[in-house]
Amino acid sequence: MSALSEQPASAGEVQTVVAARRLQHARSVFIGVGRPSTAAILARMVHNPDLVLVYESGTIGAKPQRIPLSIGDGELAQTADAVVSVPEMFNYWIGPGRIEVAFLGAAQVDRYGNLNSTVIGPYEHPRTRLPGAGGAPEIAASCGEVIVIVPHARRTFVERLDFLTTVGHGDGAGARRRLGYRGRGPTAVITDLGVLEPDPDSCELVLVQVHEGVELEEVRERTGFELRVAERVVVTEPPTTEELAALRELVSRSSGAPAGAGRE
Amino acid sequence: MAEIAPLAEALAELVADGDSVALEGFTHLIPFAAGHELLRQGRRELELIRMTPDILYDQMIGMGAARRLVFSYAGNPGVGSLHRLRDAVEHGWPRPLELEEHSHAGMANRYAAGASDLPFAVLRGYLGTDLMGRTQVREITCPFTGERLVAVPALRPDVAIIHAQEADRDGNVQLWGIPGVQKEAVLAARRSLVTVERIVERLEPRPGGIVIPGWVLDYVAEAPGGSQPSYSLDITERDNDFYRRWDEISRDRDTFLRWMEEHVLAGAGAAR
Repeated sequence: MSALSEQPASAGEVQTVVAARRLQHARSVFIGVGRPSTAAILARMVHNPDLVLVYESGTIGAKPQRIPLSIGDGELAQTADAVVSVPEMFNYWIGPGRIEVAFLGAAQVDRYGNLNSTVIGPYEHPRTRLPGAGGAPEIAASCGEVIVIVPHARRTFVERLDFLTTVGHGDGAGARRRLGYRGRGPTAVITDLGVLEPDPDSCELVLVQVHEGVELEEVRERTGFELRVAERVVVTEPPTTEELAALRELVSRSSGAPAGAGRE
Repeated sequence: MAEIAPLAEALAELVADGDSVALEGFTHLIPFAAGHELLRQGRRELELIRMTPDILYDQMIGMGAARRLVFSYAGNPGVGSLHRLRDAVEHGWPRPLELEEHSHAGMANRYAAGASDLPFAVLRGYLGTDLMGRTQVREITCPFTGERLVAVPALRPDVAIIHAQEADRDGNVQLWGIPGVQKEAVLAARRSLVTVERIVERLEPRPGGIVIPGWVLDYVAEAPGGSQPSYSLDITERDNDFYRRWDEISRDRDTFLRWMEEHVLAGAGAAR
């Protein structure tokens, strides 16, 4: 185990560890594949063994020992407390707000935490056709809160989304209430450089935390809109030996895990 | 009452060019064998319906069998893009593909409305998104509370095709594990086919098992391994390596066509 924690943490590992810490006190988390899934499994290993993992495939309370490639991997169904149909998942579990936290990714994020996972370029003639909405719009509408996990890049943090797939804070304060969305929406955007949180009044994203060794200038440079910075920016507590060893053990146990699941 | 028939015969009877066809299965129990047989039978101009197109629809779209796709998430789960689908949307190869897209909640509720023979279903979503202007949904006001909600129209496919673990000799079907939206798809469709891993004398009740009575189905066909490279819980395993390999096979048009020719069009064997 010790050999696994000798190398310094990569930026991707720090991002995963920071996301996992957000689940210390959560009862339940809704996750897709990739880094969010890795972070949630890590949270169960080191912070919160009772955390209920919910996957879109209908598995509630899955206890995977490895990082799944797809949300429908057999291990998720075999270890779940309950396995439900897709209509039941959305109508009885997500819609009524029974899931506390949702981890979401996206190709683009704007300053209000709205997300695009549909197209890059015009809809009719896209430069890049992305997978589309999946469960994200209703997950973001109704889960208790949303944590967005994305790489920090200018092409990700954009002034204007090419397509608004999922409402974060809409056009700002009060938007979610007007649309009838009951969840709190995005409460954090966790990147490989730091953490942004919505301003309590305007709902605009503000940089509140940077990972160890990250300069403010770099964050500004890699943000495609004018970055707002909190008066006091916290520096991320580096991953502990225990966190890093557990993460690396999980990734190596899941040999052949998807790209982006662990170290980069 | 379900007729138990060979797969090719059932499909020739059920699916015509131009039909709207839903081959469902949410990551688990994807009816690959049936989809491949449709390609061998040369079906064209299909409206393909599926929440998660997955590799199967990437193959069918790449072979030019579809004119239209109704879906909610078009990726290779955990791997990346569906390259044939992207090529059709971005470059019109081998032919342009019309899209109608929804969210998962929207699609699931559209099937549920179809299964209930209601004109629409109601949910909390879509409002404030660009999907509103790109797809068939309407804002409605709750007649009791005044709440803003959206209506999504019922889905009524001409044909639904799903895969399950078992059927008995009367065509009663049981599936277990991740149930997806298959029951709703079958009940929403005008005609239906279930392919099964095996036909047994008696269905043994399974934890979480979903039984679909044979009398609501048109055909049941035996297709062992028929969900591979997806899987049938307790019988086959998801071939994650193939999902990764598909990324390479499907990137290049010629490589893709050669692979399809060799593994799908050439014969009725397991296509991997």
